[in-house]
Amino acid sequence: MSEPLELSEAELQAFVDGRLDPLRRAAVEAWLLARPEEAERLAAYRRLSAEVRSAYQSMLDEPVPERLTRFSGRRAPLWRYAAAAAWLALGVAIGAVATLELKAARPGAASLAADSAVMARRAAIAHATYSPEVRHPVEVGAADESHLVAWLSKRLGIQVKVPKLADAGMALVGGRLLPGETGPVAQFMYQTPNGRRLTLYVRQENAHNTETAFRYVREHNVGVFYWIDRNCGYAIASSDLSRDELLKVADLVYKQLDQ
Amino acid sequence: MDEAQRLVDLIPRLRRYARALTGERAAADDLVQDTLERAWTKLHLYRRGTDLRAWLFTVMHNVHVNKLRATRPTDPLDDAMPELAQRAPQADALLLRDLDRAIARLPADQRAVLLLVSLEDMSYEEVARTLGIPIGTVMSRLSRAREKLRVLMLGQPPAAKLKVVK
Repeated sequence: MSEPLELSEAELQAFVDGRLDPLRRAAVEAWLLARPEEAERLAAYRRLSAEVRSAYQSMLDEPVPERLTRFSGRRAPLWRYAAAAAWLALGVAIGAVATLELKAARPGAASLAADSAVMARRAAIAHATYSPEVRHPVEVGAADESHLVAWLSKRLGIQVKVPKLADAGMALVGGRLLPGETGPVAQFMYQTPNGRRLTLYVRQENAHNTETAFRYVREHNVGVFYWIDRNCGYAIASSDLSRDELLKVADLVYKQLDQ
Repeated sequence: MDEAQRLVDLIPRLRRYARALTGERAAADDLVQDTLERAWTKLHLYRRGTDLRAWLFTVMHNVHVNKLRATRPTDPLDDAMPELAQRAPQADALLLRDLDRAIARLPADQRAVLLLVSLEDMSYEEVARTLGIPIGTVMSRLSRAREKLRVLMLGQPPAAKLKVVK
């Protein structure tokens, strides 16, 4: 039989994948008419391709596990680390301005406000630093909560309480000790089932029996609610939660800690 | 940062490819996780306007190859290995299992080409770019992978080890 057609194996593969132009496809089909084994082989390839597609198709509709989305979008670590770095630079700048303003302003309320603003900024930096962590978000995990509380209470010199945020759909991840302006500070981390995180920053206040209103500040992508109540300063920070969600949590924390 | 969003949108496809490539779920998600970690730190190297999917699959390919190098090649799907207790599998689960086994038996470089073409429907040029190989190599690997898969699936004993009926 004469071979009127030069067909390469590559072209036959393209035929299987439906990637030949109509003219060439017709030529292959005509060629295959006289070659049933070849036709059967290529048909089998085509069937297998379809089977492979259908066998793994369900993976596309499955919800993506949390550990995979944690890196992404809002939770891009690099982006956050960059934000944290930008933060430190901004912190220095604002700190310098705040110092100048403080010198000009009268002491008392103004200094307290400036001081708690510094706390809010440090809480935001700490949040930006630790919340992207996948492997080491906390030093002590929620499984050792009693140890965590005892340890941080001892280091901060106050009885630390860990609020329950289940009503806001958040569970404790754990906590860590951080250096603050005037001494050790505690940071607790919470997260929702799908990995949205918030951190609660707690420090001891030197000025006793003071109280401030809730204040909100948004610095870069981190929203912070902060207040001082008696001998503790609190700041709740998150880049994942909206201002309203954060307020709800702040309210929850305030009520529990006030008891 | 809209690359970030596009990257997130591609995660299900990465998982599908990884699942077929590794033959099991946990290993697949480990591979995807390592890929995403690498991708996030390298996103600045991605050139805007080029094919993000090809770039991402290249990252996954490199991560996978490094993992394979780090572990001794094994044949975890040896026929002698006892079957794990399973619920009565559905027909599509049987097909999946058979395909998993057969795909696992393909050489890794052929497997990648076959899956990028069949699953991702990548053009041969895209596959060549993604894997960093000439297009002629893509075609020959595709051809060999398909033939091997065909033979393996033909030779696959029926799932329930039915008696051969003449």
